[in-house]
Amino acid sequence: MADVTADVVAIIAKKIPGEKKDVKVTDKLTDIGLESIDALEMIFDLEEKFGIQIPYNANSAAADFSTVGDVVKAIQKLVDEKPA
Amino acid sequence: MNWPHRVVVTGVGVVSPVGNDAPSYWAALREGKVGIGQPTAVPPELLLKEVVAEVKDFDPARYFDDRALAPLDRVSQFAVVAAREAVAQSGLDFGDGLGDRTAAIVGTGIGGSSTIDESYKRLYRDNATRIYPLTVPKLMPNAPASQVSMHIGLRGPSFGVVSACSSATHAIGLAFQMVRAGIADAAVTGGAEACITLGALKSWEALRVQATDTCRPFSRDRRGLVIGEGGAIVVLETLNGARARGADILGEIVGVGMSADARDLTNPDVDGMTLAITRCLSDAGLTADDVDYINAHGTGTLANDLTETKALKSALGARAPRIPASSTKSMVGHALGAAGALEFIATLMAIRDNVAPPTMGYLGPDPACDLDYVPNAARPMKIDVALSNSFAFGGLNAVLAARRFA
Repeated sequence: MADVTADVVAIIAKKIPGEKKDVKVTDKLTDIGLESIDALEMIFDLEEKFGIQIPYNANSAAADFSTVGDVVKAIQKLVDEKPA
Repeated sequence: MNWPHRVVVTGVGVVSPVGNDAPSYWAALREGKVGIGQPTAVPPELLLKEVVAEVKDFDPARYFDDRALAPLDRVSQFAVVAAREAVAQSGLDFGDGLGDRTAAIVGTGIGGSSTIDESYKRLYRDNATRIYPLTVPKLMPNAPASQVSMHIGLRGPSFGVVSACSSATHAIGLAFQMVRAGIADAAVTGGAEACITLGALKSWEALRVQATDTCRPFSRDRRGLVIGEGGAIVVLETLNGARARGADILGEIVGVGMSADARDLTNPDVDGMTLAITRCLSDAGLTADDVDYINAHGTGTLANDLTETKALKSALGARAPRIPASSTKSMVGHALGAAGALEFIATLMAIRDNVAPPTMGYLGPDPACDLDYVPNAARPMKIDVALSNSFAFGGLNAVLAARRFA
C-alpha cells in the first residue's frame, strides 16, 4: 500500500494556525497548536481523503493521538486494512 | 434588591426517557433507573454504535386528536403534554383574565428536528416536488412556546429561548425574573427537545463526543455524552397569588445567574461557569454555606466534567467537596434544550423529598473529578437549598437556585 505520511502531514498542516507549517511526524499535536475543533476537522478531512472511518472519540483522544506520527500510523493501518 | 414578588412553583410536568409524567420520572431517578439504550427511531446500522436516551411508549394519539396533531412536531407534543400536566397540578384557572397576564416561555436547542429531517429526506432522497404545508410552523424553534400558549390559552409574554443545552434554564430564569418583577402574574415555562433523528445524530457523531456504552458523568473511563429527548415544564406564580388560592407550593425559585464564556465555541470554560454560579448565589442572597445539593450539568464528556468540577470549587470554595453534586443525565441522557427543565424539576423534587438523586454508571474516581457525585445510589439527606447548572455549547451558562418553601 502507498505511504500516507505526506498526505496526512499536509492535512494536519492545513489545520494548524499561523504561518509556520513545517510539521514533523515527531511533533506533538498540542505543541503545534491543533485545538479540539481543528482535530475534528482533521479527522473529517482524513476520512474523506482516504475513504475510511476513524474510530475517534474526543473523550479518549489524548491517549490515542499524541503526535503527528500517531495519526500517520493509525491512518496507514486503516488504509492498509481497507477492502480493495 | 427588593423585588415586588417572591416566586413559587405550583406545578411540574415531564415527558422523559424514564417516565412520561412527573411522578414516574422522579420515582425513576430515585431508583437509579437508566433510560439509555440502542435507538429505535433511527436505524442503528447508520450510526457508529452511539447509544441514546429515547422517550418510550409515547403515543401522541393518547394526547391529541388527528386535527390537533397535524401541526405538532414531536418537540411541541412533548412541550404541550408536559405543560398540561404542570398546569393541572397547579390548579390554576387561566379563564378569568389570568391567561392574559401569564407568560409562556419554552426553550429548545433545535426545534422541529423530525420535521426538518423528514422534509429534507423527501426533497433530497425521494425527489419529491413538494413538502408538507405546515413544515415551517412545525419546525420553527418558537413552536413549542407558541403551542403551549395556544393549548393552555396564555396571552402574556411568549417566546422560545435558544441557548443549546442551557435553553430551558435560561427560559425558566427569564420567566422567574418576569414574575418576580411583576411583569407577569404567572408563567408556564421550561424546555423541550426531540432530536433523535438521523440528521441530528449524525451531526453529533461528527463532534466525536458521544458514548457507546452509557453516560458516566464524573467517572473514570467516561466516554462522552448520550443524546436524550423529552419535555419538562413548570408553573411559576407569585407567592401572594399561590397563597391567596391555597395552592400546594412545591418550592421557591430564589435566584438565577447567567454568563457567557466569550472564548471557545465548544470547550467549556471555568471562568464562565464560575461567574454563572456566583451570580446565581448573589441574586438569591445565598452563600456557599447555604447550598445543600447541586444538580450538575455533568454531561459525561471528559472536558465538561473536569471543568465543572473546577468551577464548583472556584465558586463554592472550601465547601465544594461537602456539597453533593449529581448528574441525572446519567439516567435520562442529555436532552439539550429540555435538559435544564428536567434537571430543575429533579432539583425541586430533591428538596421536597430530602433525597439527592444519584449519578449512575459511576465506575470510580477520576483524579480530576474529586467531589461528591452521589455515585450509583440516591442519598436521603436534608436539602433546603439547591442549584441546577446548565452550560451550553457556544459558552452560554445559566444556573437556577431553588429553596424549600417554608
